[in-house]
Amino acid sequence: MGKRSVIPFGPQHPVLPEPIHLDLVIEDEKVIEAVPSIGFVHRGLESLVEKKDFNEMTYVVERTCGICSFMHGMGYCESLEHIMNVEVPDRGKFLRTIWCELSRMHSHLLWLGLLADAFGFESLFYQCWRMREKILDIFELTTGGRCIFSVNKIGGVLKDIEPDMMRTILSVLDDMEKEILTIKKTFLEDYTVESRLKNIGVLTKQQAHDLGCVGPFGRASGLDIDMRKRGYAAYPYIDFEPITSDIGDSYARCYVRISELFQSIDIIRQASSKMPSGDISVPVKGNPEGEYFMRVEQPRGEAIYYVKANGTKFLDRMRVRTPTFANLPGMLETLKGADLADVPLLVLTIDPCISCTER
Amino acid sequence: MSEVICPDNELIEITPENLLNKVMEMKRQGLRLSQACAAVVNEKYELSYSFAQEGTYRYITLRLVIDTSVEIPSITEFYPYAFLYENEMKELFGVKIKLINLDYNDKLYRIKEETPFLKKKEEQ
Repeated sequence: MGKRSVIPFGPQHPVLPEPIHLDLVIEDEKVIEAVPSIGFVHRGLESLVEKKDFNEMTYVVERTCGICSFMHGMGYCESLEHIMNVEVPDRGKFLRTIWCELSRMHSHLLWLGLLADAFGFESLFYQCWRMREKILDIFELTTGGRCIFSVNKIGGVLKDIEPDMMRTILSVLDDMEKEILTIKKTFLEDYTVESRLKNIGVLTKQQAHDLGCVGPFGRASGLDIDMRKRGYAAYPYIDFEPITSDIGDSYARCYVRISELFQSIDIIRQASSKMPSGDISVPVKGNPEGEYFMRVEQPRGEAIYYVKANGTKFLDRMRVRTPTFANLPGMLETLKGADLADVPLLVLTIDPCISCTER
Repeated sequence: MSEVICPDNELIEITPENLLNKVMEMKRQGLRLSQACAAVVNEKYELSYSFAQEGTYRYITLRLVIDTSVEIPSITEFYPYAFLYENEMKELFGVKIKLINLDYNDKLYRIKEETPFLKKKEEQ
């Protein structure tokens, strides 16, 4: 038995996009245990329900995260729509679905770039982020924003996508599909990439279930959980199946996310072909009373929006449980027995979003 | 008592005495702890422990309403990864929870203010 020592990792580290600190108990160069600490970017966004009314909170919730901002806003609005029995027009639901899937592509391309950067493949990182720019351009074209869109409202959406603009989007996605095929080949077939991902950080299906893992991280271990199958927005009209893998290593997490890029393109195509004409929102009157747990599938996995309303314009409670919050215990498990050199990569494979987690 | 809030939101009211039994029941059914959170309503804690079933997307919430002085047991005995949720409830709202398997002693979020979410409610 070697000598045990504790190595502090983070909160500032070249490979960490956001601050998390780990105390790594190591023996020689193997990690025995990892104790996490967060709390560097806690903003107390949830407590703003005392100062902002339930409509204004839509814009607060959107600011939970700069990557899945749209889905945060949508999840919050849908929870209130359930409480207030508001039926969003079908066109509004399809528009939400399209922006959701574009957000997923944006997030996954960002993650793939960060992953490539983490294992030292700079040109692959550039390619992923170059493609991601095209999605950001679509956001700007359709909403006016590249990061925070502010197009959600309780009762629907605030902006429409005209047929000409939709054709432009589909054309961009056609080109992107070909480009993603090229990076897919590198990510999944290049032997140097494989050597950094295969059999690294294996999490079995049982472990993933026992630790409450969600999203691509859980699906890569074989958990067939995808909140889109619950049927919010226009997903009931879309034909798709969750992408899973039984392998459970870092390579499988990469495979699931790359495959979801193609799935998102397919969902956008289906949504654009099935999207009816008509209104994009309905007016909403009165104050909400009741409570609801809304679950949506964000790029990183299941996110929960709990709203408790008391009949006034100020809510009793608004709570966001983000996917990273659920995936932290799973990440700690993957670190056990890992080489110290693989720690940055393993932290990255859950696609951590700490500012989301701390809110 | 069990009532349906919305088709996929099932609510079961529990007491501090049967909290662990009910949580164990969820564990035996193979449900995943999806979230746990606190709220302050009418100067009492309203705690929610939500469990999800894979495949069916069934969603069950155990609801515990207690006075702010009441101490409750940790559920980390059955769901070890609940430590993050319980530390959050403890630090932000001041919920008294004993025997959390990894207790950050109110240092999860590194905030200077004690129980900020509870204090603001009292000020109203």
